[in-house]
Amino acid sequence: MKRRWLGYAVLVLVAALYIYPFLIQLATAFKTDADATANPLLPWPRDWSFSVFRTLAEQDFPRWAANSVFVSVAITVGRVVFDSLAGYALARLRFRGRRAVFGAVLAVIAVPSVVLLIPKFLVLNQLGMYDSYAGMIVPLLVDGAGVFIMKQFFETVPVSVEEAARIDGAGPLRTFWSVVLPMSKPALITVTILSFQGSWNELPHFIVSRQDPALNTLTSGVATLVSGQLGQGNQFPLKLAAALLMTVPVAVVYFVFSRRFTQGTYEGADK
Amino acid sequence: MGTLLTEPVAPGTAPLRGTRGRRPLRRDGRAGWLFLAPTLIVLGLFMVLPILMALWVSVSDWTGNGSPFSSRVNSVGGDNYAALLTEPGLTRQNFATSVRNNGYFVLFVVPLQTAFALFLALVLHQKKLKGRQFFRTAFYFPTVTSSVAISVVFLFLFSSTGTVNAALKLFGVDGPSWFADPRGIFHLALGDPANPPSALVGHGFLGLSWWDWLSGPSVAMCSIIVLVVWTSTGGFMLMFYAALQNLPPSVDEAALIDGATAWQRFWRVTLPQLRPTLFLVLTLGLIGTWQVFDQVYVLSRGNPANTTLTPAYLSYSSSFIGHQWGQGAAIAFLLFVVIVAFTLVQRWALRERR
Repeated sequence: MKRRWLGYAVLVLVAALYIYPFLIQLATAFKTDADATANPLLPWPRDWSFSVFRTLAEQDFPRWAANSVFVSVAITVGRVVFDSLAGYALARLRFRGRRAVFGAVLAVIAVPSVVLLIPKFLVLNQLGMYDSYAGMIVPLLVDGAGVFIMKQFFETVPVSVEEAARIDGAGPLRTFWSVVLPMSKPALITVTILSFQGSWNELPHFIVSRQDPALNTLTSGVATLVSGQLGQGNQFPLKLAAALLMTVPVAVVYFVFSRRFTQGTYEGADK
Repeated sequence: MGTLLTEPVAPGTAPLRGTRGRRPLRRDGRAGWLFLAPTLIVLGLFMVLPILMALWVSVSDWTGNGSPFSSRVNSVGGDNYAALLTEPGLTRQNFATSVRNNGYFVLFVVPLQTAFALFLALVLHQKKLKGRQFFRTAFYFPTVTSSVAISVVFLFLFSSTGTVNAALKLFGVDGPSWFADPRGIFHLALGDPANPPSALVGHGFLGLSWWDWLSGPSVAMCSIIVLVVWTSTGGFMLMFYAALQNLPPSVDEAALIDGATAWQRFWRVTLPQLRPTLFLVLTLGLIGTWQVFDQVYVLSRGNPANTTLTPAYLSYSSSFIGHQWGQGAAIAFLLFVVIVAFTLVQRWALRERR
């Protein structure tokens, strides 16, 4: 009995440490600059102020948000399509070199992304894709981890289902599209969530693939906003409101799919 | 159909190839490569090709103007690497500083996040616990949100008039101005950072004195450490949690019947079964922490006094700000070597001992 109370006490304390910063963020977005500086501990505003949202709306913020939405949706669609195509080929189609390709995909995933920071810029530059939406989107269209997840899933689909379709004369593309894909909702949703979240939160690639301010995403835009004014005044309500707004879409996705997020993502992670 | 790929195979051997209880379909070959084409093109163009190009740039004197393959760009051999590792100078000193900073970062973050994640997973795994979903959500949420957004929040929490210092004041403690304080915490713990022992200052390695190597993470770096532990624990907690759920309860029950204490059951029964997950968490942790970039970019850009400079950020800033492209590429490859080395050492240390 005593131990259980202790357990709850620890959990509640830790949960408070995890939630409190978000409460502070929410409250500070509605505080005035002076209020934020004077009462940094209060999780509610003394004087409500909505001016920072107006400031953000007047600045480039809407444009960053639109860029983020466009880029993330394009990357997510691409990843879902290409990852599942590749995953299906690696799981189910028999042809020479399949194993080698899978090994190569795994090897490529293992390369630290930081090593690729400069090289990606070099290639984008050579291809004339620097400072364009294409340069921001195309390199992220495929994600090795997603290919891996789809492959693992397709391997669990019973072969008999496909064989029936094949005996009826359906080709690989038709079998994949009308038989296997409709059965793959759980895996598709997982890849969709991970892709959206990953591309929405991506920073380094959007730093090195563009420099035109009109192409800023929320991540690169907010990062510039924050560090650009670091030395001058505080303006924390403005910065925190920007951070708050960029968190909202991910938060919505998270809370709608939280069951899948917390269970599906790491199922079999210990294998 | 598909004859191009199957042609070289002699007639008698064809049915044996790639069979696992299924006859290979000839058309699979063409479809397979077609299905893989987008993936192979993207990975080839933006992963394999870039690495080869960067290898060339790391041994060249390219300055960012024009193509790195134009005739005006020359090979400088190992000069870029030498400047980082052997030639005395600012380049080597900055690189050594970034390795030191990141080394302390890894040393603090990896054990903290692993232990904390395992602890939370064990508590959540208690059968009678109520509100599990709520706690899991609370701990995991920071992991899914943008590192930029989280960094902005921490910038406020740890600013000199911010939440953390206001909370410390409640206990009568005057908090430092976190992001402006370059003092190393080991130096602070040793008392008088202004008067270092001359034996340690006189000698050094890679252009940094031993005294500098031993500084510990700076106060500014400590706030980044707190931030990263705070955000990454949730994800690793879920990995441990999923693994715990998959353990057969019978083993634990058997130990319970044999009279093992809770502590013994944890060390002797549960933890050994978690070894694969522990391995995964440590590997991902090491790979991730050696590449810390987003937080440094948003919070400090290497300041104050280079004490939050990391190789990943140095590689970026050398290239994109300093236009020393060869230097930046060389730093990236050295960092890659460091990551591979650490992964191998950790794999060796955690191997099954028989």
